[in-house]
Amino acid sequence: MKYDVVIGLEVHAQLTTRTKMFCGCPTTFGAPPNTQTCPVCQGMPGTLPVINRRAIEYGVRTALAFECRVNAGCRFARKHYYYPDMPKNFQISQYEEPLAEHGALEIDLPDGHSRRIGIQRLHLEEDVGKLVHEGTLETAQSSLVDFNRAGVPLMETVSKPEICSPEEAAAYLRAFRAVLVYLGVCDGNMEEGSLRCDANVSLKPAGATELGTKVEIKNMNSFRNVQRALEFEVKRQAEALDRGERIVQETRLWDADRGYTRSMRSKEFAHDYRYFPEPDLVPLKLDATWIEQIRAALPELPRARRRRFVAAYGLPPYDAALLTQSRALAEYYEAAVREFPQPKLVSNWVMSELLRELPGDDERAIEQAKMTPSRLAGLLRLIDDGTISGKIAKAVFETMVRTGEDAAAIVRREGLTQMADAGALAAMVSSAIAANPRAVEDYRKGNTAAANAFVGQVMKASGGRANPAMVTKLVETELEKLTKR
Amino acid sequence: MHGTIHELTAAYTRGETTPSRATDEYLARIAKLDDKVGAYLTVTAEPARAAARAADERYRAGRPLGPIDGAPIALKDVFCTKGVRTTCASKILENFVPPYDATVVDRLAKAGAIMLGKTNMDEFAMGSSTEHSALKVTRNPWDLARVPGGSSGGPAAAVAAGLAAGSLGTDTGGSIRQPAAFCGVVGLKPTYGRVSRFGLVAFASSLDHPGPFGLDVLDTSLLLGAIAGRDPLDATSIDAPVPDYAAGLEQGVRGLRLGVPDEYFTKGMDAEVEIAVRAAIDVLKGLGATLERVSLPATPHALATYYVIAPAEASSNLARYDGVKYGLRVPGHDLIDMESKTRAAGFGAEVRRRIMLGTYVLSAGYYDAYYGQAQKVRTLVRRDFDAAFGRVDLIVAPTTPNVPFKHGEKTDPVQMYLNDVFTIPADMAGVPGVSVPCGFTKTGLPIGLQIIGRALDEATVLRAARAYERATDWHTRRPALS
Repeated sequence: MKYDVVIGLEVHAQLTTRTKMFCGCPTTFGAPPNTQTCPVCQGMPGTLPVINRRAIEYGVRTALAFECRVNAGCRFARKHYYYPDMPKNFQISQYEEPLAEHGALEIDLPDGHSRRIGIQRLHLEEDVGKLVHEGTLETAQSSLVDFNRAGVPLMETVSKPEICSPEEAAAYLRAFRAVLVYLGVCDGNMEEGSLRCDANVSLKPAGATELGTKVEIKNMNSFRNVQRALEFEVKRQAEALDRGERIVQETRLWDADRGYTRSMRSKEFAHDYRYFPEPDLVPLKLDATWIEQIRAALPELPRARRRRFVAAYGLPPYDAALLTQSRALAEYYEAAVREFPQPKLVSNWVMSELLRELPGDDERAIEQAKMTPSRLAGLLRLIDDGTISGKIAKAVFETMVRTGEDAAAIVRREGLTQMADAGALAAMVSSAIAANPRAVEDYRKGNTAAANAFVGQVMKASGGRANPAMVTKLVETELEKLTKR
Repeated sequence: MHGTIHELTAAYTRGETTPSRATDEYLARIAKLDDKVGAYLTVTAEPARAAARAADERYRAGRPLGPIDGAPIALKDVFCTKGVRTTCASKILENFVPPYDATVVDRLAKAGAIMLGKTNMDEFAMGSSTEHSALKVTRNPWDLARVPGGSSGGPAAAVAAGLAAGSLGTDTGGSIRQPAAFCGVVGLKPTYGRVSRFGLVAFASSLDHPGPFGLDVLDTSLLLGAIAGRDPLDATSIDAPVPDYAAGLEQGVRGLRLGVPDEYFTKGMDAEVEIAVRAAIDVLKGLGATLERVSLPATPHALATYYVIAPAEASSNLARYDGVKYGLRVPGHDLIDMESKTRAAGFGAEVRRRIMLGTYVLSAGYYDAYYGQAQKVRTLVRRDFDAAFGRVDLIVAPTTPNVPFKHGEKTDPVQMYLNDVFTIPADMAGVPGVSVPCGFTKTGLPIGLQIIGRALDEATVLRAARAYERATDWHTRRPALS
């Protein structure tokens, strides 16, 4: 039977505020256990939360980028469940009155189409700590708790169930991540858990209006895993339905190593979170002027930038997509183009050389690259004015990436300036031809490709410095002379 | 050695005594009498003496920090004190030592007050007799067979017995005013948000009010002045200027309109209480106040509503005591077993009852019927006060419907809850209220007059209380202890 796939995604993003959601502790990742804590984020008796204004600002910024309605008033609520990584055994979250609602994210699909996926709500909450088990979870005799992460601001964004395939889900997540990173509100690192995704998946007979029973999938910690987990789950549900089975409403965990989802808890064991308004915080009233200030300061978002790259620089959509995958990379590219205004050439170098050295979605890596946009432009100028060949340039590039030196300085020091002395090149061509009578014979017999062998030899003999165009020309002239004889 | 803070600090200024000498005298009195009263859970003699020596220096230099510098005071054991155990009179926190001071503790210390120790209470402030303390029995200094009231029974008894010159308690459903009435001292519940809750171990967050006890209205005003004001660590604290409460105290009540609520004179109340309170109201009238009958019609529903909201918040606030991080831990064969055993062993019956009640009313499917409905009634209680304060300046009423009862006399929880029927509405509305001594029963048990005012209008509440106090001498009586 044919089924329609219905997917909704819940994305949790750690905000890159300097301090935690409800106290002044730093949010830096990777500090020794429990060193970034205070009585408040450890849930000590008597402590009270105080809202981090910056976290609200980041939430509003994101909500506006997703075209959400930012609610003039919102409030926090307590969500209760017992787990030792949660200091208070309740999480301060938002329930009935979230920060923002009713937005959308436009995603581009690999087939060139685009779709608008609705965003139901966006709210803020606090992260929990981490459990560290001695040995494996199954064999551990004890567990330790690290509260460094407890209280870090989390933004939860729930999509409408409008995603139609695992592929779309991955596209949604990529687009989502790009927006967050552009806005500077999240570092988007899925491996470190800065960005986490849960999915609700259900199937219904093709064309049916009534939704099927949904299953929640957790623990997908990369784009690839999101797609794989959803593909597995769609297949599992389709097969079950084909066999006439009913889908059980449950939460399933994705096991990336084994490549399947397994049941974690069914609906009967679902938590009763006993939400109620957080009495320690007053309802938040957001000033309309403040919201407008945030809106006015929004950066150009990835999709708009991609379109502009195509229109303004004449780049193919593929290039534009790659170059705008992070704000830092897009800015890198534009800075290089400003200094060396040949957009396609710059794009080629960024895509094939820079991105081989650096992850294009890592804002910090791009920003801190020793190979600055200006240095790259300098290198490209040396190719353009014929000082060095493209091939030499690649070698120079590799040195620049390591040392951060100026291209001209490397070329000068290592004597890499292109050989364009016609006399010297002619001599090299003659000796190459003289050394290979058999190749000359082949050429005579009509194998014109044999000419390339001579070009290659001259290039090699010159240490790659010979001007390739001149050498080709000289080889052709010389061989012609020989054949005419 | 059983006088007020203002008398004591005046004596310091005149050089007749010193903070060190006074502190030693209080510590000696605690050593001598607290076996009988049982006010203290922890006495901090050495830190108190050190703080007193510093105060000595300031008086010697002629530069005291203010009107309560050198005042030996006691704290309800619900306020976190850095390095000094804070038990909430519970087994689960019996050995909990906070790494930080509550804002009010910090403010008292900065005002020069000397902390003598931490006093008893009903476990997690849930109760009206201090009998729910898991750690100690506290007795009413006027009759040791009787309860001091609660939940702030320890701080009230300490002041009444002269075991501290003043003290701090908390009032969630009457827990300052009721023990003040039972112990014959002054107890003020300020406006919600007037005094920071940071570092006060939460019972019911939207109802918890820290406030002072004193032997008279002036002492109570001085203590309030030291602890009141906006605290950036408490998002619910109010950003409003703190007046000099002591300055306006002597302005009298001439011209003030006093409301006498029908609902606070009920059929089942103690006749001696009613007589004493009505007489006290007449005294105020005699001093130039005008009286008006008012109605607070939601009052009969306030108690039931309170027993939805307070347990709901408590069930949430007390969820953190699970044996994982601090406090009691009873080993178990796995995590859930450890947490269950810890909580079963660490909480007393009344606390467990309220956790279960609160968990129930917040459950999916019951929330609207209980918690949601209770919030609506709470709004009605607030509106009652708003309407009344449109016509009158203050409301005068009994603090409690009864007088101190004997230990073990009230075994039915609901009978115990009824103690707070006249104090709960002001907590629900967040408006300030004071209890001042207004007489004694024939058997010598204290009775309290309650004066309730508009939000943030503690000044008028205290001024009326002072006018009454000046016209009477109940507050000068001391229990005979030896």
